[in-house]
Order: sequence, then C-alpha cells, then structure tokens
Amino acid sequence: MLRFKEPFERRSKGGWPVISGTEKFSHNLPQEKILVFIRGSSKRELSQKRGLATTFFNVQKCTLTTKRWLEPSGGLNNDMEYFLQQLINGVTLGSIYGLIAIGYTMVYGIIGMINFAHGDIFMVGAFISLILIVALGVTASMPLALLILALIAILIVSMALTSVWGWTVERIAYRPLRGSFRLAPLITAIGASIVLQNFVQISQGARNKPLQPLIPGGFTLSDGSGDSGFVVQLSYSQILIIVVTTVLMIGFTTLINKTSLGRAQRSCEQDRKMASLLGINVDRTISLTFVMGASLASVAGLMFLIYYGVIDFYIGFLAGVKAFTAAVLGGIGSLPGAMLGGLLIGLIETFWSGYFSVEYKDVAAFSILAIVLIFMPEGLLGKPEVEKV
Amino acid sequence: MSSWTNNPILTIEHLTMRFGGLVAIGDLSFNVGRGDITALIGPNGAGKTTVFNCVTGFYKPTEGRIVMHRANKEEYLLERMPDFKISAKAKVARTFQNIRLFGGMTLLENLMVAQHNPLMVASGFTIGGVLGLSSFHKAEKEAVDRARFWLDRIGLLERADAPAADLPYGDQRRLEIARAMCSGPELLCLDEPAAGLNPKESSELNALLQYIRAEQGTSILLIEHDMSVVMEISDHVVVLDYGEKISDGTPDEVKNDPKVIAAYLGVPDEEVDQVEQEVGL
Repeated sequence: MLRFKEPFERRSKGGWPVISGTEKFSHNLPQEKILVFIRGSSKRELSQKRGLATTFFNVQKCTLTTKRWLEPSGGLNNDMEYFLQQLINGVTLGSIYGLIAIGYTMVYGIIGMINFAHGDIFMVGAFISLILIVALGVTASMPLALLILALIAILIVSMALTSVWGWTVERIAYRPLRGSFRLAPLITAIGASIVLQNFVQISQGARNKPLQPLIPGGFTLSDGSGDSGFVVQLSYSQILIIVVTTVLMIGFTTLINKTSLGRAQRSCEQDRKMASLLGINVDRTISLTFVMGASLASVAGLMFLIYYGVIDFYIGFLAGVKAFTAAVLGGIGSLPGAMLGGLLIGLIETFWSGYFSVEYKDVAAFSILAIVLIFMPEGLLGKPEVEKV
Repeated sequence: MSSWTNNPILTIEHLTMRFGGLVAIGDLSFNVGRGDITALIGPNGAGKTTVFNCVTGFYKPTEGRIVMHRANKEEYLLERMPDFKISAKAKVARTFQNIRLFGGMTLLENLMVAQHNPLMVASGFTIGGVLGLSSFHKAEKEAVDRARFWLDRIGLLERADAPAADLPYGDQRRLEIARAMCSGPELLCLDEPAAGLNPKESSELNALLQYIRAEQGTSILLIEHDMSVVMEISDHVVVLDYGEKISDGTPDEVKNDPKVIAAYLGVPDEEVDQVEQEVGL
C-alpha cells in the first residue's frame, strides 16, 4: 500500500469532480477516485505525485475501464501542449527502456541468447540504488552540489555492485552451459530471473518501496495560459534521465566502435572460435559484455527510482519484457537499434495512454512489435542475414 | 643435419587423436624447423587438418605432446593450453581451409582485432582507452601502422575501410594471412592457403609466404594440395596417410619415396596380386 501525505489540490477538468485536501491514496481506493486522480490532475501535479501518477504503475495496480476513461473528456485531446507533454514523458520512458534494451541486445549479439534475467538485474540495480540513497540519507533538502555529488557516487557504486550481480549470473547460470544446446541457457536464464526476484522479495520484503522525490521541480514550458489551459512541465528528473542516457549511449557506442575491447566484442559476435585463435579471451569478453549490460541496467534502475519514486521486486519483469521488445523492434544485436526501439516503445506507450486508453498501452506496444516482426523480421536497424553461396 | 632435427620450433611427439573408435591420427611424431616452410601433405582424409586443430587448441589430443619452442627459449605445451593462450602466449597463429574473416568488420578492424592483447594492456583494460590516455593513443597508432603495413603488403590498402565480406575470394585469403601475421606469431599455420586461387594469385601467395619467412622470420607450417606450391617453396615435407606419417624429408626425397607415390597414385595391380598371394587370399 502506498500513501501520499502531502496536501494537494486539483482543478476540475472535463466534468470530473475536484478533490482537494489531504487524502490518503491507496490501492484499495474506489476505482472512481483513482480515475479522478489520474484524469483530473494537471501534469505538474502528476509529476509531483510520481509514484501513483505514472501510467506504468497504474496499469499494473489499478483497474480502469476504457469507457469511463474516454467519456468525460468527450473524445481525443488534440491540443499542442498535451502533445508536447506526452512527447516529453515518452522520451523519458523510452530512455529508460533503451538503457535496459542495450543489455539484451549486446548479450544476444555476442552469444545469441536472450538473457531473461536482465530485467531482474535492472530491478536489483534499482534496489541497490534505493538502499544506497537511504543509507547515505540523500534527500531533496540537501544542498544542490552535495546532492549531485551523492547521486554520482550512488550511480557509480550501484553500477559496480550491479555489475557483480550480472557477472555472477553469467558465471553461474550461463558459462557452464556454453556449448550446450541453445535452449539450455534460456532455461537457466528464466531460473536466474526467478531466483533474483524471490531473493529480493524475501530479503527486501514484497511491499512497494517508496522514495521521496529527490529532484523536485522543473521547467514550465507552458503555464496553462494557452487555449487548452494545459500545463506543460519538463521536470529536472526528466532532464537528468535524458542527459544521462544520451551521455551513456555516446560513451558506449564509442567503446564498441573505437576501443580494442569493442572490436573484440564484435569479433566474438561474428566468430567466437576465430576470435579466440587470435588470442582473445572469449570467456572474459563475454563476461565483460554482461558486466556492461548490467551496469547500464543499474543506471536505468536508478533513473526509474528517481522518476517514479516507487519500486518493488516485480518491476524487472514488465520493464524487462518491454526492453526486450524494444531490442527486437530496433533489430536485436544492434546498439543504436536498441536505443531507437526503446524510444519508440516509450513513445507508443505514452501516446497510447495519453490519447486512447491506459489499459491497452501494453497491447499497443506489443501489437506494433508483432506487426514490425511480420513485415521486417530483422527489426528496424537489424542486419538481414544474407547467405553467400 | 636438417634444421628440423637441430633447431625445431614445434615438436609433435606421439600425437594420437581418436574420435570414438575412429583413429584420426595415430602416434604421429614430427618436427617443424625454425625458419622453415614446412608442408604437411597427404590424400584427403589423411588427418592433416586434425593435426592443425590439435596444434591450435581446437581439439584436445587423446595422447601425445605438442611443444612450441619460442625464440626467447620459453617452451609451451600446446595440448594443455586454452586456445586463446596459444595465440597470445605461444605465438602460434592459423588460418582456415574455409575463410573465417570477421565479415561485418572492415579490413582494418580485422587486422586490429588480431592485436587485441597488446592494445588491451596499453589501454589499461579499456578504462584508459575510454578516458583517452596518451599511452593508449600511441599503442593504437602503432597497431594501425602495423595493420596498414600489412594491408599495403597484400595490396589492399585502398580498401582498408570496406567490410571484409565484400572482398573477392583471393583477397580474403591474403587478408586472412595478414590478420594472422598481425597477431605477431612465431609459427604460422596455414590450412590450404592456395585452395581456389588462380595461377597468378597462387604465385603471389608464394611470394608472400617467402617474404613472411625471410623478412619477418616467422616459421610456416602449411597444408597444401597444390604440389607446385609445395615443391616450390617448402624446405621440409611431411606426408600423412590414414593418420600416420609415411614420409618425412626434403621435397626431393619425398617426391621419390615409393610410399608417397603409392598413397597418391595407388599401387600397380601386379603388386596387389603379389601381396594377396603372400597373405593367402
């Protein structure tokens, strides 16, 4: 159960009632109230109440009906401000998916295996970040410089610790099965995923773990004076997520394209045996791939935590499936493809929930995946397999 | 005394490789001389590639010892080493019968991959490389220079940034040899380097191999079916048949060995009759 203690106020919009004052929100609220909460909130309030207001969270926890959702607004919302806000939210969500998707795509590229435990590595990363934040007592009230320093330190430590998890999973669950039949590591991957989930569930408890907003506030791009009266907000945390993702993307692309390790990884992708005959330690290269994927997943974990403010042991599943979808959509094995796929999935989901229905956003995302795979089996940026005879 | 008994770079002793009941190589011993071009020949299925696979760590031999004597007096037991160390530490490189280039990578990158280990050390295991340390840039530049040198040598410098898969067959063969050379080997094992080459390409290959031996000081062990190549460039020929050594010596000695002629051409019918009578068939 999740509670929000801060007082809040809300304007009436589209014929929905106003709720104001200090109310405690929880999962077992009447359905209508949750609807009101989502629909009636301005975007500023939504971003303040990250925990509940996110579409991601709501669909998992509340039941909404399409009918109720669409009726009061009287059709689609088609003003520019609303679109802009959805775009910002979509890019933010897409960045997080993209960061996770890179882990899937790199591992698939190098050993041709879907690492189903990767979503749970992301969840572990989020938990490690949360524990570090609580342990260090990082709050929004700290001086800005100190807060930034603390977040960077947490990011690095969490990347390092999550990498150890990623490395361990590879060492225990996948390496002994290398050279075994293709399905074997897939099965242990599912096993590793269940182990990680249950371990966190038992050691950290099954309840949601909320976190006070660390980086409140943001830029107001439109103050609601337009025709629609819709407030467009670009929060600092969203900027942080987009910037960090961009920097990491550039960094990792450079690493893969320019450094010797990257070349070794690409050569292992193409011909592992040949690479080892050229003196490349293939096992170590594969381990490093897992380490890189895990550290990116832990960044995504921290971003997720800062953005949504609530995590539980199960977040890895849906995020993992979405990121996997993103990787396939972009062309599995392709690094820019993973990022593009992540952005697309994030945008599709956000726009679908913004304009049609929150409930069917996953259906929309996965339907698009199915359509892309039917017409472009190699994904958007994947290389088609051309066999030379 | 021949160089392969005096100063061997590779000694193979009692090498046996069994696949279940099939004996691919049975008790094979021979030496590869330092600075020589040694040819391993024999009819199809004689076990030549299996010998290569044992030497380069693809297979673990059932029995026997393979010793690499490096120029710095270090000795390595190849049958005990994981395959990546055979290239990195024992300095043995190889090419394949079927070309195994990294097709999606450029020519230059193919040659850079072969220099992974020194670059990894120079880049402080990538961390320095990402941070852009000058020592890494220097090592990277040296590696590029070396790669360019070999590209120039095989006449493919202007195609350095093309994907390796786009090259014609003969060029791919030479690129594979250049890549093997970029890993700085002391022994280069070539599995049928002349297969599928036209006469012109084949003579270019001979020149390249002789250059490698003479100028780079790399010993060469090669499997070859093309007898014109074998007889022209090799110093030492080892003939295998059904996994056993039937002849070992200079090209001239081997050429006139009746066992070799029998293995390649078969024996006259009269001889078969004679043997059948002797054993009472």
